Amino acid sequence: MTAPTPVMRKSRSTWTPAQIALTVVAAALSLIWVSPLVWALSTSLKTPTESVTSPHWIPKDFTLDSWKSVFEAGNIPNWFVNSLVVSVCVTFIVMLVASLAAYGFARTEFRGKSALMALTMAGLMFSPAILGVPLFTTVQSLGMVDTYWGMILPQCAPAAMVYILYKFFQSLPRELEEAAFIDGAGRWRIFFTIVLPLSKPSLSAVGIFTFIASWNNFLWPYMVTNNPDLMTMPNGIATVQNAFGIVWPKLMAGGLIAGLPLIIVFVFFQSQIVRGVAHTGLAGQ
Amino acid sequence: MSSVSSTTTAVAPATTLRPRTATAAESARARWGRRFQHGGWFVAPFFVMYGLFVIVPVVRGLYLSLTDANISGDHTSFVGLANYREALKDDLVWSSLWHSVKFTMYVVPCIIVVALLMALIAHHAVHFKWLWRLCFFAPFLLPSAVVGNLWWWLFQPTNGMVNHVLGLDTPWLAQKSTAMTAVVIATLWWTVGFSFLLYLAALQNIPQHLYEAAELDGANAFKRLLHITVPNLRNITGLVLALQILASLQVFDQVVVMYQFGPGPEESTRTFVQYTLEQGFTSYRVGYASAISFILFLIIAVVALGRMWLLRNREEAAR
Repeated sequence: MTAPTPVMRKSRSTWTPAQIALTVVAAALSLIWVSPLVWALSTSLKTPTESVTSPHWIPKDFTLDSWKSVFEAGNIPNWFVNSLVVSVCVTFIVMLVASLAAYGFARTEFRGKSALMALTMAGLMFSPAILGVPLFTTVQSLGMVDTYWGMILPQCAPAAMVYILYKFFQSLPRELEEAAFIDGAGRWRIFFTIVLPLSKPSLSAVGIFTFIASWNNFLWPYMVTNNPDLMTMPNGIATVQNAFGIVWPKLMAGGLIAGLPLIIVFVFFQSQIVRGVAHTGLAGQ
Repeated sequence: MSSVSSTTTAVAPATTLRPRTATAAESARARWGRRFQHGGWFVAPFFVMYGLFVIVPVVRGLYLSLTDANISGDHTSFVGLANYREALKDDLVWSSLWHSVKFTMYVVPCIIVVALLMALIAHHAVHFKWLWRLCFFAPFLLPSAVVGNLWWWLFQPTNGMVNHVLGLDTPWLAQKSTAMTAVVIATLWWTVGFSFLLYLAALQNIPQHLYEAAELDGANAFKRLLHITVPNLRNITGLVLALQILASLQVFDQVVVMYQFGPGPEESTRTFVQYTLEQGFTSYRVGYASAISFILFLIIAVVALGRMWLLRNREEAAR
């Protein structure tokens, strides 16, 4: 009687009635969710006059003019580079600084640790939206208005990321680190050669969400830059495009150009992102 | 006993039984457990950033809120609590606060319901899982300015997609009665993907054997959902609720872009953050703007501390 129960036959169709119903519902909801993007794409391929005549999905006078003119007239390549520089720097600094601090809190002892931890937790309640005005005057007095540093550094003090990584480091077994310590490795070497490689899923989740937030950050670059040459994608699209006057196909083409890079990245890193969210313990709180 | 047993809690029984020989391994363990005074260096880089861009602005904001500072910074004098007194009497503070609160009350329940529904679909679907995940999450990847422009266009009364699909001719963005609804729809579409991912991860963390046991006991799919899935999602719902309330009270970007940086029809969509920034950067009243920012901070602190208090109560009740 201890023989293993037979494994369900693989050949059996997975299209059960329940799965068919689920697929129909999923498809309907997905269609609703994607339709605004499809509409934007369709608009961007119409001529300006066609876009404001009676609404329809398929462009009659199919044209790439709007995409071309956005690339030529706007500062898109320039804003794209600015966005990339800012987001990559922010992501790199945040990952480094937050993981170091989280490790310090999780595994080392020093005077004033609990006070600093409390201060960090309090920081979870402050956001650029609340701090906007005094943050601006602070950055102003540092002479960083209209500079890359002024855009980058204020996004690099993420209490939330420290907290997520702190929780994760606490869940790591100490034995590996202890063994390395016995073999004579110092704290820094342990951190960089043992702890960080073990933390890849959590670190990549932190990195991905930091990158998304920074790439899409609108409020802070909007406050700290007036110089159109320094604007990031979202700001350039929002402020300068509107100055052209309302030409819907151009607005939509610009929007898609600003939005597509991250969507393409997501297509490739989808499972890492989902796994990362699960791993951070964000979900298990 | 020496410090050895206290430092290696995981393997404590084994070490205490072993005769105490001063092996290199044990002394290294002891050193590992000893207070590591250089730990401060690990947190130092973070605290430089944190000090400069969080602590200094908070302190500066508190100070500014007690002055009549303007953006240029000269001729500043101390005015005590005058800014706060003025704020309490300022109708625009109250109306913009109400807009943000109303927005939060509408959008948060919608996000939770839709995110949960999406997560259940994507979790249970066998076919095209990746496609549903991509469709539900994709809007979250758009910059807020793009979302604002997009929905400004979709809500156009005669040429927009929304009226075209629904067969209506509602001027969504031009009348007070629908202005906030439009913002809520746009925000739901844009941000639900994040909560969806959190729910999806939580669903994947529910142990499969619970479902198998329930199935053996004869529970149908609906009962399993009600008695296993829902209770196991309580913690994540608390987290999503808190995150969404805190984020929604600070709503700004998509609203100002949808209404071209204006206050909306009959000033019905001016949010609290928008009013703060108008005071700071348009009227140049930095002191006053800082004071009303701290009113928002107080509200947010109450929400955050309330959540912590609830969590602690629940933990104590669970003991």
